[in-house]
Amino acid sequence: MEAYVGYFLYLLSLLTVGGIYAIFALGLNVQWGFAGLFNVGIVGFAAVGAYTYALLTTAESTFHLGGFGLPLPLGMFVGMIMSAIVAAFIGLICIRLRADYLAIATIGIAEIIKLVLKNETEITNGPRGVNKIPRFWEHFSEERFYSSWPMSWFGTSENWEAFFDKLPNWYWQPLFAATILLIVYIIYRMLERARTAPWGRMMTAIRENEPAARASGKDVTRRRIEAFVIGAAIMGLAGALFAQHLRLIEPTNTFDPAKVTFLTWVMLILGGSGNNRGAILGAFLIWTIWSASELVITGSIGLISNIFSTLDPSFLQTRAGFLRMMLIGILMQVILQRYPEGILPEVRPASPKADNNDAGLTGETK
Amino acid sequence: MWEFVNYYFIPGLVLGCIYALGAIGITLTFGILRFSNFAHGEIMMSGAYLTWTVMAAFTALGAYFGFSDWALHPLIAMVPAAALVILIFLATDRFFYKPFRKAETIKVVMASFGMMLIIRSAVQVIWGPNQITFVRGIAKPNATLSEITSNMGLQILMPNKHLFIFAGTIILVVALGYLLNRTRIGKAMRAVSDSPDLAHVTGINVDKVIRATWIVGGICAAAAGVFLVMDTQMLETTMGFRMLLPMFAAAILGGIGKPYGAVAGGLIIGLAEELSAYPWIGDTPLLSPGYKTGVAFAIMVVMLIVRPQGLFKGRSF
Repeated sequence: MEAYVGYFLYLLSLLTVGGIYAIFALGLNVQWGFAGLFNVGIVGFAAVGAYTYALLTTAESTFHLGGFGLPLPLGMFVGMIMSAIVAAFIGLICIRLRADYLAIATIGIAEIIKLVLKNETEITNGPRGVNKIPRFWEHFSEERFYSSWPMSWFGTSENWEAFFDKLPNWYWQPLFAATILLIVYIIYRMLERARTAPWGRMMTAIRENEPAARASGKDVTRRRIEAFVIGAAIMGLAGALFAQHLRLIEPTNTFDPAKVTFLTWVMLILGGSGNNRGAILGAFLIWTIWSASELVITGSIGLISNIFSTLDPSFLQTRAGFLRMMLIGILMQVILQRYPEGILPEVRPASPKADNNDAGLTGETK
Repeated sequence: MWEFVNYYFIPGLVLGCIYALGAIGITLTFGILRFSNFAHGEIMMSGAYLTWTVMAAFTALGAYFGFSDWALHPLIAMVPAAALVILIFLATDRFFYKPFRKAETIKVVMASFGMMLIIRSAVQVIWGPNQITFVRGIAKPNATLSEITSNMGLQILMPNKHLFIFAGTIILVVALGYLLNRTRIGKAMRAVSDSPDLAHVTGINVDKVIRATWIVGGICAAAAGVFLVMDTQMLETTMGFRMLLPMFAAAILGGIGKPYGAVAGGLIIGLAEELSAYPWIGDTPLLSPGYKTGVAFAIMVVMLIVRPQGLFKGRSF
């Protein structure tokens, strides 16, 4: 029985983290898939969302600014707003220039954000990070939540304490995973709506043929900034959920560009950029591979160090982690060259006015 | 006054030289191949690791033959390392960038972004993630130089490593100037940078020019990487990534596609980063040293707003 609970929890954690990455990939899909904006600073937007959420919702602490103890959804919402503001700043400067500049600027802003998080120790507790970030559903079992409204309306502190004592200590895990999957679904539905709406078709037009879109009177710069800001807000939300999942965030290892920015890119490209379902599929697929390969590595290292007893297992452990990153990088190159459309290629929404018969006459570009 | 020169101005120039050499490669790639190569910093880093390996191998060889004091100067060990770096550049171009030559540029930028991770992970797999000491000991100021300058009433203190870095940078920049202005291939490189179609029509072999670009960029990148570790005396796998942003800032500041612009931009960025930590007002540093990288980014952002074509009127896209 215990073993099954273990497998069940492993599956749930796969769904949780996979779902968080799916939100990152959906945000990136708005920027890259819809609008063709090359953002390599995903980790920066994630960090803004995560730190905003963390500072607003944690209990008061002497280590960092505040700990304002605000409601969790409010913290997530403000995290999205902050991330969107950073994106608007970058977008206003760089979007009118060629895509390369946006790439450089996003990688730069991600580094600057990390620099600020590391140096402003008064606000963020510097490299030691922010601890005890409340996580959805699990936070109900913290005293500061069940002793205050609305939970205090339904029972006294002692009752709640007894209630949570009776529950298994992983009670929150299925609920948390379900919440994340629900958020993925809601964002997916919203983005599908946006994609088939005139806004989405206009984005495709701008991406595919900018001069034509400009000539037909579309405000190209503005639309691009819109897409960039919306995508960044979604990434900020994902960052806030990431902070909830981890409960302890610090600037260097948590927000490693390789693990956030790069993995998200591989997920989107593998799944199919421009396709929201592709983004979600790619995220779960790559996260499963990533997570399962860790088990394989741990297993094979145990085997190898049994055979070659002179080798230091920790040596192999660190090297194997980097080898895995290298293989993911090579996988990305292979997808880019051989399967640029990904598993689920982009599907263009048909114009509502055009019949299937005269689709050829609508001047569809390749 | 002399504290300012010795602890802020000279280190700023040294850092500037390193940025300048790195930015030359970036600006040439941007000008001739038309994409921003995100893997450039990692190539620099791998050049430094290769140099360290050559030095360590030489010392080990000496120990094998019974000479315990064999040590190779980094500048000599740099030569085989630079050759290897050029090979890495040419191989990545052949297998990862060339397939996208006719595609949209953003695909190559993506490929180079992937290369960045691949090269860094490869270095971490081979040499491990921990810091490695490049050269031991404290760098003492050059005695001859301080004696000569003190006779002239100056107090300039410069360790040997800084003198080597200055000399190396000057030699490389002069050689680059000769190559670009006097030789056939250099003129062809400038022509391709100005207008690839026109260059192609006039019969310039674009493939050869691209190869030459990687070779020049590779030599400069290896030198920049080695100079950086000579200065910090420490090998780290993250150092390439740390250099990337200031080098891009230098390339944009000088004007994309302008090698001399990149040199000027690199020196300006290096000086600005070091001088920003000088206590200009009161006793505390003007800007906390932790924010040095931010200076490069700020300069880049201002440049992109005010003058995207850069100081030397480079290409603006």
